[in-house]
Amino acid sequence: MQWTWNRGLILVVVAVTWTGAVRAQEQEAEVDNCRVCHSVLDDERLGGPARAFTGDIHAARGLGCADCHGGDRTLAGFEGMDPAKGFVGRPGKLQVATFCGRCHSDAAFMRQFNPSLRVDQVAEYSTSVHGRRLAELGDTAVAVCTSCHPAHAIKPPSDAASSVHPLNVAETCGACHADAEHMAGYQIPTNQLERYRRSVHWAMMTDGGDLSAPTCNDCHGNHGAAPPGFSWVGNVCGQCHSVIADHFAQSRHAKTFALLGNPGCATCHGNHEILRARPELLGLGEGAVCGQCHVAQDAGGTTATTMRGRLDSLRAAYGGADSLLLRAEHAGMEVSQARFELQGALNALVQARAAVHTFNPARVAAYVDEGLDVTAAAHQKGVEALGDLRFRRTGLGVSVTIILALIVGLVIKIRQAER
Amino acid sequence: MVAERGWLKELYEWLDDRLGLAAMGALAKKKDVPVHRHTIWYYLGGMTLFLFVVQIATGILLLFYYRPSSDEAYESVQFLMAEVEFGWLVRSIHHWAANLMIFTLFIHMFSVLWLRAYRAPREVTWFSGAGLLGLALAFGFTGYLLPWNELSYFATRVGTEIVGVVPLAGEFLLRVARGGEDVTGATLTRFYAFHIAVLPATSVALLGVHLFMVQKHGMSVPLDVERQGGAGGTMPFFPNFLLRDLVGWLTALAVLAALAAFFPAELGVKADQFAPAPVGIKPEWYFMFMFQTLKYLPAHILVLEGELVGIFAFAVAGLLLVIVPVLDKRSDRGEGTPLITWLVIAAIIYIIILTYLGYTASPTT
Repeated sequence: MQWTWNRGLILVVVAVTWTGAVRAQEQEAEVDNCRVCHSVLDDERLGGPARAFTGDIHAARGLGCADCHGGDRTLAGFEGMDPAKGFVGRPGKLQVATFCGRCHSDAAFMRQFNPSLRVDQVAEYSTSVHGRRLAELGDTAVAVCTSCHPAHAIKPPSDAASSVHPLNVAETCGACHADAEHMAGYQIPTNQLERYRRSVHWAMMTDGGDLSAPTCNDCHGNHGAAPPGFSWVGNVCGQCHSVIADHFAQSRHAKTFALLGNPGCATCHGNHEILRARPELLGLGEGAVCGQCHVAQDAGGTTATTMRGRLDSLRAAYGGADSLLLRAEHAGMEVSQARFELQGALNALVQARAAVHTFNPARVAAYVDEGLDVTAAAHQKGVEALGDLRFRRTGLGVSVTIILALIVGLVIKIRQAER
Repeated sequence: MVAERGWLKELYEWLDDRLGLAAMGALAKKKDVPVHRHTIWYYLGGMTLFLFVVQIATGILLLFYYRPSSDEAYESVQFLMAEVEFGWLVRSIHHWAANLMIFTLFIHMFSVLWLRAYRAPREVTWFSGAGLLGLALAFGFTGYLLPWNELSYFATRVGTEIVGVVPLAGEFLLRVARGGEDVTGATLTRFYAFHIAVLPATSVALLGVHLFMVQKHGMSVPLDVERQGGAGGTMPFFPNFLLRDLVGWLTALAVLAALAAFFPAELGVKADQFAPAPVGIKPEWYFMFMFQTLKYLPAHILVLEGELVGIFAFAVAGLLLVIVPVLDKRSDRGEGTPLITWLVIAAIIYIIILTYLGYTASPTT
């Protein structure tokens, strides 16, 4: 018994001493002398990074200056920045990708912070126009990691203040690509940002609040950024517009465009300034894109005009049924079910518009006819509702007349009774 | 009146032997109604009763189609309004008759209060009438939720929340009212049971008491008419007064038909329990003055919650209203009670102004 007590006491003392020692070490490790000194330096080049770092994702995950720049954070003064202690200081532009990649390409290391984060950014970067120009031509004007992810103030894409948040990506890319002076040597346009901001995609993202709407990196890639090749533009657009991409891939235009070297979807819809596909886009009239290649006398022109006519007929039928039901609804009739069913015509219209990319009028007509059946049924319900409304008003007139006659009769009866 | 021809006379005699029709006819002939300048107010009770009967009739018809569950209630009303022959008419009349009934009920109550018709020996008539007013408001509150639309759902949520601020028993009362923590399908079935069974049964019983007391004591003659030597004369209840009643009922029927034809009861959007409350949710108009008062009260009055003070004040006012025949002994002695006159005027003005503000003031103030 005595032996057990002594042994237990020794174990407790050892445990307490060990725990205390570990805590002291941890507290010591928490003191980041790099930040302590640099954050009070007036020189923005030296003090700015340390001050900005407080809002950085790396700081939030417990990393400090020495984790990237090397050196010994426990030492105050210049001793901590000893190259013998691994201090690398500020990397040059040529070294940045490798510098970040030491951790970001290490799956085992990254897993402890964010297991879902990809670790192939550096590999992708090396395939990008940016990476290739940097590696092959030593062009240091191209973007490196820190051009898009501002060093010491890096935030996750989900953070609205992040340079790579969907709403900020265009601005981030535009910092270089919309700068005519910066881009002078590359002989590519610098109006992409301006044009993108007139596009339906930007409107969807900003006015529609749809953060999944495409921005620069959705079509060009991010770390592997490059212009989509002419032959695979359709694949890029088809990521979202999959039905249309399928229709187009099976159409004769896909083969013709490939032969002519036309960039698929972009031939008719453009690229950065992709506008809402209005009805006028189809056909041979003003604003129609088919007229760029076809005339009224050729088969393509006839097809375009036919498809446009079919779509217009469905739109008109939908508009007519919708306004009729609205009239009935405003008059107090219960037509919510009919209005719900009328949405089926809108679905048919969407499918018919997608089927335009088959360039086959029969395929478009199938959807249009389906929609016209729905609009006819809804129109009929609207007519019935308005007929019912007239019946109600007539019924009211008849009822009130009968009631008034009864009242008059009663008044006469009362007068007779009291005479 | 008694049928003279063969088989009708036989039928009458057969029924008379069993039901005592002749005795009832004699009783009806004996009943007189005083005639004076305030006689018009006597018609409000009968008008309210007529609208109550309309409610029962249309309510029974609605039961043929209504399905009391959160999954089906809205759709069943929608089907009734759009597909069922004259379903829209039945529901719209039920909706408008309910509103008109509460309106005539309020006028009936204020006229009785104004003319001191509650004074001895008609205290029980007043108590039963006050009970019927409470039941009518409960009918309105429970019926409002039944279509299970967005507006009624959130108004019920706010309405039942008010119960929750009652000290000590608040949480318990809230759970009883809702049938759980929140307004759900359980609340709907609970409200349905109250609306179609508990409240009608209680109302019919109380209405029996009320009508029996009216029959027993007859119509009250106002104090000022009594002071001037009583009513100028009387008119037989049957047929003179009843025929006049019928004129009023037929007029009400014409108004109901016009309201139903031009302003059918709305259905709105189906309630979504997970959606945020829409801006500007409102209770039925007869609760509006209380709802608006609670909105104007500060968060705290002295050490108490403002809302609690408001509810307490309305509870006290309601209690005083119920026991007014006990408090007002001067009227029993035939003396004037100007305080009550001024309180009635103040209450009417207050209700009108607060109701007006409820519909016109910004929903966020």
